[in-house]
Amino acid sequence: MSNAVIPEQRQVSWAVSFQVSWAGIRRRFFRSLITMSGVVLAIAFLTYMQVMNDVVRALVRADDAVLNVLLQQAGVDIYAGDAPDRMMVLLIVLSLLACLVGIINSMLMSVTERIKEIGTLKCLGALDGFIVRSYFIESSVQGVAGTVLGCVIGLAVAIGVATTNYHGYIAANLPVFSILRSLTTSLTTGTLLSVMAAILPAYIAARKQPVDAMRVEE
Amino acid sequence: MKPADDIIITTRDVTKVYQLGAEQVHALRGISLEVRRGEYLSILGPSGSGKSTFFNMVGGLDRPSAGSVSVDGCNLQELNQKQLAWIRCHKMGYIFQSFNLIQTMTAVENVALPRIFAGESPAKARAAAAEILDLVGLGHRLTHLPAQVSGGQQQRIAIARALVNRPGIILADEPTGNLDLHTGEEIIQLLADMKKQLGITVITATHDMKMLSASDTVVWIKDGRADRVARKGEFEVAIGTIDGKTLA
Ligand SMILES: Nc1ncnc2c1ncn2[C@@H]1O[C@H](COP(=O)(O)OP(=O)(O)OP(=O)(O)O)[C@@H](O)[C@H]1O
Ligand SMILES: [Mg+2]
Repeated sequence: MSNAVIPEQRQVSWAVSFQVSWAGIRRRFFRSLITMSGVVLAIAFLTYMQVMNDVVRALVRADDAVLNVLLQQAGVDIYAGDAPDRMMVLLIVLSLLACLVGIINSMLMSVTERIKEIGTLKCLGALDGFIVRSYFIESSVQGVAGTVLGCVIGLAVAIGVATTNYHGYIAANLPVFSILRSLTTSLTTGTLLSVMAAILPAYIAARKQPVDAMRVEE
Repeated sequence: MKPADDIIITTRDVTKVYQLGAEQVHALRGISLEVRRGEYLSILGPSGSGKSTFFNMVGGLDRPSAGSVSVDGCNLQELNQKQLAWIRCHKMGYIFQSFNLIQTMTAVENVALPRIFAGESPAKARAAAAEILDLVGLGHRLTHLPAQVSGGQQQRIAIARALVNRPGIILADEPTGNLDLHTGEEIIQLLADMKKQLGITVITATHDMKMLSASDTVVWIKDGRADRVARKGEFEVAIGTIDGKTLA
């Protein structure tokens, strides 16, 4: 057999990559929870801020005398325009950045923990692309799960706080459409964030070599 | 140059130098060896002699600093990454001292991996995996996780995984290193059986004399060099008195 006869190993499909990765994601669930917790908190915060903003805007627009007093008691400037509060935007961006760094860090740790496993997979015929994909798949699954959870928590807390402050006015003036829009923003942000966080760890993981399977772990 | 058909692996002057900071570690100082198709070859040598390093070179897991390794007449140094991955997937089966099973996957999922990487559907791959697990005597442990079975059973799963793509060569680096004597002998016996049944070439590294019984050929490595080679019938005598020492 000459070298030209040796075929190149073919990449497995995304569907198959997903099936293979799923076992790990499912059985590493508690470990994943830790990675996810950052996303959950940041997205809950983002959702809370947005939904609170949606609700308050709707209430200001209702322009009810009693409600205006309640709003001012809660510290809302009812004469301010619709421009977003700079401080709040800054806080949200910071929390998202912290979340991004958190996921990257936690995934890098998992790459270090799994060096031997990655080497073994390469010994069995896995290509770099498979390793990259499995990190993206894992991160996306965790990201989506964490984001959904964060949205639910953020929404629940926002509605709870709003109801305490503004009582029955909420039900009458619930801005369903803008809340849905805010939830979409949160979902997209959380998912993108998780996928972005996987870039560096996936790249580092893919560079591990088959010999790393031989590594002796202390 | 066409290799003789009964030679499956040829190494020529394989050298490996590791750079550790300013220091150079000469792990292999030129090993030339021929491995016959279908033989059971044991590499013997003290700790640090270069057995694992040699194993890595022969298995296409790492590249030599100089020299060449050819498998089935094909020079591994001339292959690209994807061709090497193909060789690792289809032509070689690896067995490790610490089993190297994927901890989050069941026995059958572990064994199915090489077939999935070879392009088979996961369902078919699992069916083939179940079959070979049965062959190594673990048909009743298909859905157990590695942590739920004994060390000897883990190594059997690893052997099944190494065999599932029907490779021509099995490379085992200290396959019994983490097992007790009795279990270790069973594992060696299993490898020897598989060799006989499936006609594969088995290369193992060990520093345990007791693991030589199944070997057709023994190569002693010392200080990165092949010190001596003995065929079956020669080394039984030699084992008693290597370098004048009597071995237990
Ligand atoms: N990645 C590495 N970097 C630097 N030096 C290495 C590396 N791997 C091995 N060596 C050195 O190369 C030499 C041969 O090591 P190798 O692991 O091949 O020995 P071995 O015969 O397998 O030993 P053991 O029986 O303990 O497994 C040793 O001196 C070792 O320290
Ligand atoms: Mg070794």
